[in-house]
Amino acid sequence: MKLFRFRGGVHPESHKEAGDKAIEVLPLPAKLYVPVQQHIGAPAETEVQIGNKVLKGQLLAHSQGAISAPIHAPSSGTVIDITEHTAPHPSGLGVRTVIIETDGEDSWVDGLKTINPFELNTEEISARVGAAGIVGLGGATFPSAVKLNLGLTYPISTLIINGGECEPYLTCDDRLMQERPDELIDGIRIMLHALKAKQALIAIEDNKPTAIERMKVAANLFDNVTVTVVPSRYPMGSEKQMVQTLTGLEIPAGKLSADLGVIVHNVGTAFAVRTALRQGRPLVSRIVTVGGGAISSARNLEVPLGTLVSEVFEHCGGFNEDPARILMGGPMMGQLLPHTNVPIVKGSSGVIALTKKEVAINQARPCIRCGSCIASCPCGLLPLEMAARAKSGELQGAVDYGLMDCISCGSCSYVCPSHIPLVQYFNYAKGELAARRRHKQKADETRKLADIKIQRLEKEEQAKQEAAARRKAEREAKKKQQEAASA
Amino acid sequence: MNQQVSNPLSGPHTHGKEDTPKIMRLVLLALTPATAFGIYQFGWPALFLWLITILSCIIFEAFSLWLARKPILSYIGDGSAILTGWLLAMTLPPWAPWWIGVLGGAIAIILGKQVFGGVGQNIFNPAMLARVALLISFPVQMTLWVNPLPMFSAMAPGFVDGLLITLKGFSIDAYSGASVMGHVKTEISNGATLTAALSQTYDNTALALGFVNGSLGETSALLILLGGLYLMRKKIISWHIPVAMIVSTALLATIMHSIDPEHYADALFHVMSGGLILGAFFIATDLVTSPNTKTGQLIFGAGCGLLVYVIRTWGGYPEGVAFAVMLMNAVVPLIDHYVRPRIYGHARSGKTLQYSEKKLARVQQAGED
Repeated sequence: MKLFRFRGGVHPESHKEAGDKAIEVLPLPAKLYVPVQQHIGAPAETEVQIGNKVLKGQLLAHSQGAISAPIHAPSSGTVIDITEHTAPHPSGLGVRTVIIETDGEDSWVDGLKTINPFELNTEEISARVGAAGIVGLGGATFPSAVKLNLGLTYPISTLIINGGECEPYLTCDDRLMQERPDELIDGIRIMLHALKAKQALIAIEDNKPTAIERMKVAANLFDNVTVTVVPSRYPMGSEKQMVQTLTGLEIPAGKLSADLGVIVHNVGTAFAVRTALRQGRPLVSRIVTVGGGAISSARNLEVPLGTLVSEVFEHCGGFNEDPARILMGGPMMGQLLPHTNVPIVKGSSGVIALTKKEVAINQARPCIRCGSCIASCPCGLLPLEMAARAKSGELQGAVDYGLMDCISCGSCSYVCPSHIPLVQYFNYAKGELAARRRHKQKADETRKLADIKIQRLEKEEQAKQEAAARRKAEREAKKKQQEAASA
Repeated sequence: MNQQVSNPLSGPHTHGKEDTPKIMRLVLLALTPATAFGIYQFGWPALFLWLITILSCIIFEAFSLWLARKPILSYIGDGSAILTGWLLAMTLPPWAPWWIGVLGGAIAIILGKQVFGGVGQNIFNPAMLARVALLISFPVQMTLWVNPLPMFSAMAPGFVDGLLITLKGFSIDAYSGASVMGHVKTEISNGATLTAALSQTYDNTALALGFVNGSLGETSALLILLGGLYLMRKKIISWHIPVAMIVSTALLATIMHSIDPEHYADALFHVMSGGLILGAFFIATDLVTSPNTKTGQLIFGAGCGLLVYVIRTWGGYPEGVAFAVMLMNAVVPLIDHYVRPRIYGHARSGKTLQYSEKKLARVQQAGED
């Protein structure tokens, strides 16, 4: 198949040390900390109360609104608290969290009755996927059911399964493809069926030869499922760049890949879809890569959602040196964790403890306008100009240079010889703009309500006056009548 | 904002090997062979001038940083002041007096760089700004070309004599001669033909290897080229500016030479002599003062090459690299404003990209193979 090149990109050291470590199941922790928001969209609404006994897979919180996802109990036990607990987010702020004391039985709730998924239609499949709490497991955590439903409104020709895993260290998708290729292909075929797409392309970076080989064998049975080897170049796993690599088309600004007839899902998501449809089981665990130079032994673990990162590290032998940064996700786009007392969530592809040497970020120096950032930007932006404007608070200027087309991949910061934290500036500017938008929206809303009130009052006043005038007219008419009668 | 930046919230949480001081060190390393050759062939005075120029750049940089209350050691540590001084020294007459180096350093660092706001902010290449200012202000001292007198050779001045030459100047008649370019220019303007003018001085091999008089570090085209290729290999510079600049000069030279070979020198002469190779690989490629995009760099390089030829051939000075690069430096903001990469998902106009039905259909078809 003909591949296309995306502009820019970088080649960070791959550090796929855990690539040959088989997935092992993490022993069940004594307590699970399950946040009600593990996805993009509205937080789920809790259904259980403190003291409730729950079974594995039982609904803890139901989905709220069109873009949301329900949360299920990752194991059986007792709800001992529902409180704010630190979420895996750099702010270290709390999120409403259901704390379960596990009973060690790990006994499943009675699952949804499963039937042959190929006899279900799109709505039925995406309803099951939605009910299973499945979100994009590549890290974006967008509710998958919403994406599957696009099959109803857009003609989809191609389902792209993203096995790029271009972030350094992470190997959870790689292992999934190596160890469970048949299940994956089954999940992919169910998604193909739901989307009514003609074909599925499984894109795997060429640094995963074993995964490629095994997936090819499994895909060989089906004409409409093809494994495509793509070059290892960051950010290959980004949706925009992956679509461009495989189709030669760019997703038009402000549009969806579905506008091109393409939908992209992560391999982990395909596996979760298969579990939900074939076994009737919701998403309650995921594969997590544990890595980084500060970790004694890099591994891939199947971890119940809600397990604390500290327990995951402990299982891997703890640190062999003090980590400089602890991350959830890969080193390019992952999130800095304030500490390890945070739970694994649906989007946790890895927990990485980097040493000072691995971080290798120096004190920032002035920009020397070398243009490395421009050459590395996969979106054709001018990072140096955007950062200069964000830095001086000229946010509109940054937007004019394409801030909103930035995918925060970090290629620019990675290559900047002056070690300028470019993405930091962009995220600041994006956050500030969003805050201003919200502020404006609120002000507009207030003004609108005030206007409505004024109008209502005016209307009432007018009605009153009209009524008074009418009464007066009636009185006078009566008067005249009486005068006429008496005369 | 500072709080935001010092607190590492956003990725990436790792970094490539690129580093500003490392870039500067590599450029200095690439300059070393040609410089060492220049010092060898022009002796002790050249070494003293080279040291004085670099040292004054460092001192003026430290002074400016102190005035601006910036961290002196870490900023000097980036090596940019050393590089400026080094490049300036390479373009000076090797036996120029000490104050040329000091004054040049002051102009380069203070006027050329720090008044704009320091490293990364200057519009003009500081070394070229200083060279041009010196050339206009002190035309005599700036065009005294000493004939090569290799260090330790019989005629060459020793350490003490060398020091005296740098500190007190030297007797002009004893050693000097015009540079090849200067000689050709004078002869042609006196009505001589090119063949006659060249017959006295011009030898391609000598020019390429550098056994001719000229600026301290500009004489050996080959060694400079070697350094330039090394920088390309190390990916410090890309091919765009050097190639565009050399090709455009060579192209013009070839055209003019084929029209009138008696008055216009051929491409080889232009490429090999004067500062073209140094300019193309080390001066025009200055990261700060050249365009940011590859297309912009091609335009910039071609403009430099064109101006070099025009100034050398029809201008008042025999050498045009410094003027050409500075003129093009002034155009860089304009180039950077107009030449930008296309943003993903947008058409060149900035509007949302639109694909024809045919193209969409073809992609869907292609997927099926």
